[in-house]
Amino acid sequence: MAADRLTVVGRAVPRLDARDKVTGAARYVSDLALPGLAHARVWRSPVPHARIIETLTERAAAAPGVLAVCAAADLPVKRLYFGPAYRDQPILAHEVIRYAGEPVVAVVADTERHAQAALALVDVRYEELPAATSAEQALAGNASLIHPEIERAGHFRDLSGLRPIPGTNVCQHYAYQRGDLAHALEDADLVVEGVYRYPALSHHALEPHCVVARVDGDGLTVWATTQHPFPVRRELADVFDLPLAAVQVVVPLIGGAFGGKCYTKTEPLAAALAARVRRPVRLALSMEENARTITRHAVSVVIKTAVTRDGTLLARECDVVLDTGAYADIGPRVATKAGYRAPGPYRIPTLRIDAKCVYTNNVPAGAYRGYGVPQVTWAGESQMDVIAERLGLDPLALRLKNLLKRGEEYVAGDTPIDGDLAEGLEQTARAVGWTAPLARGRGRGLACAMKDGGGTHSTSTAIVRINADGSVDVLAGSVEAGQGIRTALAQITAETLGVPFASVVVAAPDTSVTPYDWGTSASRSTTIMGLAVQEAARDAREQVLILAATLLDAEASMLTIRDGAIAHGDRAMTVAEVISGHYGLVGGEVTGVGSFVPGKSSGSLGGATVFWESGMGAAEVDVDRETGAIELLKYISAADVGQAINPRECAAQDEGAAMQGIGPALFEARVNDAGQLVNPGLIDYRVPAFTDLPPTLETVLIENADGPGPFGAKGVGESGTFCVAPAIGSALTQATGVRLTELPMTPERVWRALRDAERGSLPPTLK
Amino acid sequence: MKEIAMTVIVNGDKHDLTVPPHETLIECLRDRLGLLGVKKSCDVQVCGTCTVLLDDRPVSACTVLAFEARGRSVRTIEGLARGDDLHPVQEAFVEHGALQCGFCTPGMIMATVALINENPRPTADEVKHYMRGNICRCTGYKRILEAILDASRRMSGASAGNGR
Repeated sequence: MAADRLTVVGRAVPRLDARDKVTGAARYVSDLALPGLAHARVWRSPVPHARIIETLTERAAAAPGVLAVCAAADLPVKRLYFGPAYRDQPILAHEVIRYAGEPVVAVVADTERHAQAALALVDVRYEELPAATSAEQALAGNASLIHPEIERAGHFRDLSGLRPIPGTNVCQHYAYQRGDLAHALEDADLVVEGVYRYPALSHHALEPHCVVARVDGDGLTVWATTQHPFPVRRELADVFDLPLAAVQVVVPLIGGAFGGKCYTKTEPLAAALAARVRRPVRLALSMEENARTITRHAVSVVIKTAVTRDGTLLARECDVVLDTGAYADIGPRVATKAGYRAPGPYRIPTLRIDAKCVYTNNVPAGAYRGYGVPQVTWAGESQMDVIAERLGLDPLALRLKNLLKRGEEYVAGDTPIDGDLAEGLEQTARAVGWTAPLARGRGRGLACAMKDGGGTHSTSTAIVRINADGSVDVLAGSVEAGQGIRTALAQITAETLGVPFASVVVAAPDTSVTPYDWGTSASRSTTIMGLAVQEAARDAREQVLILAATLLDAEASMLTIRDGAIAHGDRAMTVAEVISGHYGLVGGEVTGVGSFVPGKSSGSLGGATVFWESGMGAAEVDVDRETGAIELLKYISAADVGQAINPRECAAQDEGAAMQGIGPALFEARVNDAGQLVNPGLIDYRVPAFTDLPPTLETVLIENADGPGPFGAKGVGESGTFCVAPAIGSALTQATGVRLTELPMTPERVWRALRDAERGSLPPTLK
Repeated sequence: MKEIAMTVIVNGDKHDLTVPPHETLIECLRDRLGLLGVKKSCDVQVCGTCTVLLDDRPVSACTVLAFEARGRSVRTIEGLARGDDLHPVQEAFVEHGALQCGFCTPGMIMATVALINENPRPTADEVKHYMRGNICRCTGYKRILEAILDASRRMSGASAGNGR
């Protein structure tokens, strides 16, 4: 359908949830109450590695209001261990504690205050063990094995080929090579090498993880702040040895996610406690506990690039090491993707990539908006600027020369590039005023990145029901975490069916009601669930038209639905009249079904990329040489969305992502002192605040309707995070001549680099 | 522990309550009065999601004790709209797309009401500084800033009756 004929798609209609969210009527998991609800709190390990000698719970059990005090052995479960990649994580620590903050004992009481008070009476005796609290330590020859044996979970097809390195703490090793490396290095006019570091981050979605679990009859119902209701159902079924149908996972609105709510977290513990006390149990974490539940991987990248004098990229070597913490979570896939994406969006004939996902005695690391891309882009794009400087080329021109073109292959066998990267980067450069004169002390920088979007081997299914009054229910398992997916799916449905937007309702995910969905992550829902919903809407529309054809004595192929009505000659019927007319009563409904089944290819990830999610960014900064403070004056972010289903929400996704990227670029990082998280809460851990909004923050949406999704859409939401740090880093270099290789670019780091430069000792990357 | 008898006006309604001295205002509003629009996040007065108005001044309900509201007036997000008519700040947030997950939104809106009450036509910089204690992880603040500036324009341009 041509864009100019669209009536609902492509318009900035108000979000379906806007009114509830501004009136306080919106309900989240943490707002849920059930009759007889009990409350759980968790006793967490104060040390990063220890052998548990004894767990003394009697005093806590005797405290006021306490219903149960459980160590691992007290949980009524069939399997103690869970995890999306490996079954390596115990619901409560069993025999061994592997990180500081790990849940060891859970207390259930009639009130949260009683549960909290009883925690102080829990006594765990343990013997401390040597801890590896960085990837370097865990990779050292004398490091002890954090998991001597690991069992693959078998939940996801792309994780069936995981390659741990036996006898080491490496739980996934991704390697890729093409071309003749020795030859390329010999042919090069310039070889540049650097080491770049990206810190661990906390997600800090404003609604902390919360689960309410209820055991009823032979089944289990869990309301959870998860982005993955169906994979959580599968893991709960494993833990309790139940059929999938006996486990119901419901996800109302959730208060932000950003990857921190991917896969199973505290759901098995809440469910096990509910089974233990035979009452519904609520387990609401604090923000500080959230930060001890999941983190973004700290990553180091050793990157080496060979180029000719004119800036043609010949070869790139990337050695990427990710600290995945004490339990793998989805780290092995993050490592694989970080490796796959490390070379950047360029035409590079020769590559050698090595990515290692390393167990340590730190908080487990998992998914976080961008899934490895911000980390490897900090390295790759910073190095592009070093190359431009060394060759005396314009950083924009160097990139344009090497960017992949539409239709070219990134890796042989994977989906060819489906967008115009150069157009995006040029628009970004124009928007930032790339060629305009700069005031003294100021600098500009830009960067470009992409990821394989949509997730590997993922599927979605959907049902569209047209009710007897013409209103429409969309049953889809996509989680509304703020990204506006329900609104987008309603727009796609209304457009496809030909009914008013206001008549469409999108249900909350409920594994017993909504059909299967792989999960809400990887910028996949608008494209993949969107296609499933579109197919379901088409199916429902065809059925209505067949019924209408009989009632109107017409050919179904001649009929169409417009604004909820079907016209034929001088006769017209509403959808409601068609349904009632068919059933001969005020009732009945028409049900359409749709699904997206992943394609197959021989790409190095073993699956076809659904779409390429590209992002570009450009920054202008002012640097205070006295203090080292970087003031971000302007940030331009560009995202290729194919066709915006809702342009306002697309731009808002990209702006929010860019603002999240400003955090680790300038000030945000977890501080880890020998395995102790020094800044777990928002007092000490600084996330971007209102005052960090730069005077200019703009998003450029690139729309060529060239995506595989409904009406030419592509996913959006992660790409805004990709380029912020390298663009600001590049601007810093232009403003001052110094270049940082470790994030965040705090005033202290900048000031020290300036001082070193003045003393004549250049930072390593410039030597 | 001696409980404290108190009278408090919440969203215009008078409540006679007996509360333990350690009960926080957020517990009182959410658990006792069912005002679930008051959101709990950091619980240490940093994020602003639990912002409510205590005698028209913004406070973090997580770190105010319930009895401190004795004899005073509390306004939460639930007390802002009049029936189906949204408050101008709420309208501006909807129109500018100034929300995503919505978890910060009630606190953000209550802080905005307090801001405009104190400073009817704030500049962009004044908005940023006043709102610094309200964290949003989704939107990037830009649309919130636009909504706040628009709401202040509407409220000062409107007749006195609408400037509630």
